[in-house]
Amino acid sequence: MSSSGAVAASVDPAQCTLAVGGGAVPLLRERGQRQVFCGLAGIVWLHRKIQDAFFLVVGSRTCAHLLQSAAGVMIFAEPRFATAILQDRDLAGMADCNDELDRVVAELLARRPDIGTLFLVGSCPSEVIKLDLDTAAERLSRNQQGRVRILAYSGSGIETTFTQGEDTCLTALVREMPAADAPALLVVGTLPDIVEDQFCRLFDAIGIAPVHFLPPRRASELPPVGAGTRVLAAQPFVGDTVAALAERGATLIEAPYPFGVEGTRAWLGAAAAAFDIPDARVQDVCAAPMARAERGLARYREQLAGKRISFLPDSQLEIPLGRFLARECGMQLVEVAVPYLDRRMLGPELALLPAPERLSEGQDVEAQLDRLRADRPDLTVCGLGLANPLEAEGLTTKWSIELVFSPVHGFDQAPDLAELFARPLNRRARLAF
Amino acid sequence: MQLTVWTYEGPPHMGAMRIAASMRDVHCVLHAPQGDTYADLLFTMIARNAKRPPVTYTSFQARDLGGDTAGLVQRTLRETVERFRPQALLVGEACTAELIQDQPGALAEGMDLGIPVVPLELPAYTRKENWGAAETFFSLVRALLRGRPLPERGQGAPKANLLGPTALGFRCRDDITEVTKLLGSLGIEVNVVAPAGASPADLLRLPEADFNVCLYPEIAHETCAWLERMFKQPWTRIVPIGVGATVDFLREAAALAGVDPAPALAAAQTRLPWYSRSVDSTYLTGKRVFIFGDATHAIAAARVATEELAFDVVGLGTYSREFTRELRAAAEQYGLEPLITDDYLEVEARVLELAPELVLGTQMERHIAKRAGIPCAVISAPVHVQDFPARYAPQMGFEGANVLFDTWVHPLMMGLEEHLITMFREDIEFHDEAAPSHLGPAATRGGAETRATAPADDAPADVSDEELIWDMDAERELRKIPFFVRGKARRNTERYARESGVATITIETLYDAKAHFGR
Repeated sequence: MSSSGAVAASVDPAQCTLAVGGGAVPLLRERGQRQVFCGLAGIVWLHRKIQDAFFLVVGSRTCAHLLQSAAGVMIFAEPRFATAILQDRDLAGMADCNDELDRVVAELLARRPDIGTLFLVGSCPSEVIKLDLDTAAERLSRNQQGRVRILAYSGSGIETTFTQGEDTCLTALVREMPAADAPALLVVGTLPDIVEDQFCRLFDAIGIAPVHFLPPRRASELPPVGAGTRVLAAQPFVGDTVAALAERGATLIEAPYPFGVEGTRAWLGAAAAAFDIPDARVQDVCAAPMARAERGLARYREQLAGKRISFLPDSQLEIPLGRFLARECGMQLVEVAVPYLDRRMLGPELALLPAPERLSEGQDVEAQLDRLRADRPDLTVCGLGLANPLEAEGLTTKWSIELVFSPVHGFDQAPDLAELFARPLNRRARLAF
Repeated sequence: MQLTVWTYEGPPHMGAMRIAASMRDVHCVLHAPQGDTYADLLFTMIARNAKRPPVTYTSFQARDLGGDTAGLVQRTLRETVERFRPQALLVGEACTAELIQDQPGALAEGMDLGIPVVPLELPAYTRKENWGAAETFFSLVRALLRGRPLPERGQGAPKANLLGPTALGFRCRDDITEVTKLLGSLGIEVNVVAPAGASPADLLRLPEADFNVCLYPEIAHETCAWLERMFKQPWTRIVPIGVGATVDFLREAAALAGVDPAPALAAAQTRLPWYSRSVDSTYLTGKRVFIFGDATHAIAAARVATEELAFDVVGLGTYSREFTRELRAAAEQYGLEPLITDDYLEVEARVLELAPELVLGTQMERHIAKRAGIPCAVISAPVHVQDFPARYAPQMGFEGANVLFDTWVHPLMMGLEEHLITMFREDIEFHDEAAPSHLGPAATRGGAETRATAPADDAPADVSDEELIWDMDAERELRKIPFFVRGKARRNTERYARESGVATITIETLYDAKAHFGR
């Protein structure tokens, strides 16, 4: 995994410094208990985004339990995901295990004839027993004779952290993309449909065409890739996908991520520059939505300015969101923690980032909570397992998973994004206890 | 491999976590990869616990696998004991760690940590959550009490332990209060409640009680049986859910304590019997109900439904394979084919086939019922956040019976409303697709939409049965029957037609069948 290669190799927490826009900051590298989802959690949004795809986790009861717990806890009556739960006899012999997988896939496809693309999703147990899902996917695809496309990727916790599960999924799709060398913009990373439509209108007005999205809304309509493809990442966690696209001839447009007015403007500007469109054109197109977003943001800036915020490592959005909250909402960054620091994908963001009190990579949750209790920020962004206990300790929290599920990219969502952080503070202020 | 959409139970280490999270001064170390910490959110988000579960994970990664994962386990154990200073340490592994065979339990035992260490065997590929909880509780009790002398008993008031309530169990918090009250009415003191709220020091006092109350057999059965063997403590077999079972429980507990139950029974106050006898409840008579849950709650619900609400139980099942025998016996009593499965899809198929008028189940059956447009009440774990209510809402004891009456009757259409729909089925308000009016507009809309597509409603009962033909007039007449009995009317008519050799169903056949079967 190229991106996890960026994680500190040392077992001892090693302290060094990292240059960011605001100066040099201490970078803490930690190993210990991680309080983060594994990559399987990505299925929760990917199965809603790619409407003709089905995700079959090949794993244990733990995987099935994780999925239903992470999925807003059991809210979809007929989800497009399931788990093939390994049982004792599957562990006895690999031949049987493959036979069993074939049987389960046949059963599933018979039950759900609407499935166009089936992802076999690797898990911790399937990887430890070295069940080769890539080979299984090829075999099953042959058996299906083109009726269903079957692909494999890993969402295992030993290899992927939370949003990285989208990266490995998209990487599997890259191999399937048709080849075409004509110039085109490819936006990579799941965006809510409404945001995708907004960006389409903006790209159209700026004069960038054609524009494709990965993942597409239907897996049967994969965008093309080739020498003319310019890749614009909408999420910071798609590093491996970008590398796979580069192998197919595409080039990455380096840009900050489209969070907030500044990030969105820079993101669109970088795309335009890659297509030799003068920045004045971008400015013309963006002026009205930027002014609108600024108006919307003003109210929340009042509530957020001067407030201290810490991020626990979770979605990989910590650095772009920290940049937005500090530069556009006037918040003070205390600790900004990321599961892994992908310097390539985060380069332009780091260059803009006002120096937090510290940056940390990896996690040793108990030590991190000790620091948090000493820091006592006004707002802590953390995962679901920690939010209520921290609230009970008197810390105000924002659960981070909402940031992955809500429309937060782009100009028109900038105020909504700020509001997500203002709401817990607002609630704390309103309640009499 | 088993194809699974939703799972009723988590893996067995989840059961170990539930025991640790229920208790005080116990910590659990799990050898598990990153991602398995998701389990914390069930405690902190669904049960709204203010504290993190006392569980530490080793969080091993792919690159650790070639190296010293055993060293990682030992480091984690040492740091955990140092930081949390528990009175006892549970040591187990999740599914992936089981495959790499580091034996964390044995490692911990060899480390001289200075506190009791309980190694847990949690076979992730054969067992599940409730088994893991029962096994963990039993292992801990046995580790702490093995070889202890039999204490002197018989002085002062009789004492009982309440065994089985755990974090993420169904309404355990309020059941403890209610059962404590019940025992108090008999003059019996509660010695220890465990695992909920107990520390290892409290577990050491378990043998001081005269008997054990096996409140949740899924968790406490094995422990109760062991305590009986070791410390000669008898234990209760009746779970006090419903008025009848509560009365039986009072008699059973009184017998074990050697006290007279008569004063407590005379003073008992319960509204369920009168509410059920009052004429407004007439419309509940013979409502067809499908029941599924853990064995204890499902079996108890079947008795309450039959004896105390006069429902017809048309389906009874459980996902608790460990209690197959008990559930089979109960199903036989009601003349039913028991449904013993942990396959959500199989339960769904049975519900759609039976087309009950009410489903009593878990969070999963709530899904099934929602899709099929059938009213539903939750009676058993697994549950969602709304099943941890702020108010006092026990399932057990006399107050629990009142709660059952309210929560099971609430999803149903009220009696008079049902009549209005039967009489004026094209009325704007009381029309065919209307949901119970007290459930609000959202329920109406959602209910009607799902019902319109739900096969449970009035699709032919036996799709493969192609010999039977409904003529147009009969089909139209059938549509005049309210949706909540239409499925039954269709099934009965087709059964009557088959049995009497009628190939084409006419209006006459419909009414002949109605006369034949009655309401």
